[in-house]
Amino acid sequence: MDWQAFWLTIRLAFLVATILLAVGLPIAYWITYSHWRWKFLVEAIVGLPIVLPPTVLGFYLLVALGPRSPLGRWWQALTGHTLAFTFEGLVIGSIIYSLPFAVQPFAASFDSVDRRLLAASATLGASQFRTFFRVIVPLSASGLVAGAALSFAHTMGEFGVVLMVGGNIPGVTRTVSIDIYDKVQAFNYAAANSTALLLLVISFTVLSVVYALNRSRLPLGWFLDRSR
Amino acid sequence: MRSKFLTSIWALTMALAMPSAAQVTVAAAADLNAALTELAASYEKSGGGAVRLSFGSSGNLFHQIQNGAPFDVFFSADLDYPNRLIEAGLAEKSSFYRYAVGQLVLWVPASSPLDVEHRGMDSLLDPSVKKISLANPEHAPYGRAAVAALRHFGVYEKVSDRFVLGENVSQAAQFVESGNAQIGFVALSHALAPGMKEKGRYWIIPPDSYPSLQQAVVILSHSSKKSDAAAFVDYLKRPQSTEVLRRYGFSVPEKASEVKP
Repeated sequence: MDWQAFWLTIRLAFLVATILLAVGLPIAYWITYSHWRWKFLVEAIVGLPIVLPPTVLGFYLLVALGPRSPLGRWWQALTGHTLAFTFEGLVIGSIIYSLPFAVQPFAASFDSVDRRLLAASATLGASQFRTFFRVIVPLSASGLVAGAALSFAHTMGEFGVVLMVGGNIPGVTRTVSIDIYDKVQAFNYAAANSTALLLLVISFTVLSVVYALNRSRLPLGWFLDRSR
Repeated sequence: MRSKFLTSIWALTMALAMPSAAQVTVAAAADLNAALTELAASYEKSGGGAVRLSFGSSGNLFHQIQNGAPFDVFFSADLDYPNRLIEAGLAEKSSFYRYAVGQLVLWVPASSPLDVEHRGMDSLLDPSVKKISLANPEHAPYGRAAVAALRHFGVYEKVSDRFVLGENVSQAAQFVESGNAQIGFVALSHALAPGMKEKGRYWIIPPDSYPSLQQAVVILSHSSKKSDAAAFVDYLKRPQSTEVLRRYGFSVPEKASEVKP
């Protein structure tokens, strides 16, 4: 069991889930409440990583953001290194790759909040900001936890992007999925199995939490009855 | 009406799923990409049957074959994987043939300031070298060769913290070709391949500094086209074919076929 790879993966997934919570909330809010006629284009862009193979993202990170491209040169001048083969590179890649897994549950749960409650909150003089944190967030809490948990789990299970841009550096870019792949390639099935089993247990636990939350989501009618 | 629709869907699915008949399916190590593509094309042109090529890392292909992948022939980048398949009863012992010896080079992009042709291994110690790409020595033959050569020249400890590992030797080449690594250990067959040849410069690592990269081919036991497969392997033994392999950076021992496992 490669614990270095394990903790690296946990660190990566936790960081990505936290950033996606911060970045995903405003995007989901905008998607839910905007009336812009071209909104569907933004939704399509957010959903892209679900259908695109990770190799597409890996390829662009490596080549379009590599030292031969203007964007890559700018990044290199700023940080002193390329995006490939670094932990930051994996963080950026994972944020893009897991974006829909955070934004879509967020937006779905925002959408399930009764609009009349928002109108009531506004009538009572609450700002949009206050309405968001006092009405929308508490009512969609289970969706927010689900989105964060899904992006955490999805980042933990990421393989293609890491394989393409990581360079397999121990303690920097060697994640558990890469570690499992290497162990299988080297015929070390016992070690591959123990790591794979741990990943299986963690993924199952996270998904169980997500589905349990989905089930316990309070029916809106029940909530309205109680608050009457 | 509905059943007719379902039938046509079924027929279409079957048509898409069926491989075309009398086609030899070849699994081959990544370093053979350019050479074998050319040889398969000339084989087809000379009246041989159709050849379908799948390239990958030898280790990956080995695992796929172990798990029943429907290949007829396996060109490995080493001797170990074919031998293991023979031991497991998955490949024909009599078909074992050492077709070539791979060569390892140290490669830099054409725009690199490193004078790799003259400085050789010393180029790795240059301060401008931040990342050195090589194939993963845990499972890739070219990666093992690179590590052996680094130890032979006594620079392994000085540079090992700058390694980035490709999943196979093609990815190691791609890391340095894209400029993300400054220098890399690649197969001579990559350095000479069309599309890569004019993009860089290289130094051939002395073959006595690493264990020889002998490569063998075997015909797989479950193949239903063994004679077609054997015809293709025989085609590669002809002098014209070994000349193609040499042109792509492989050395081919003169009496290759007489050496048995």
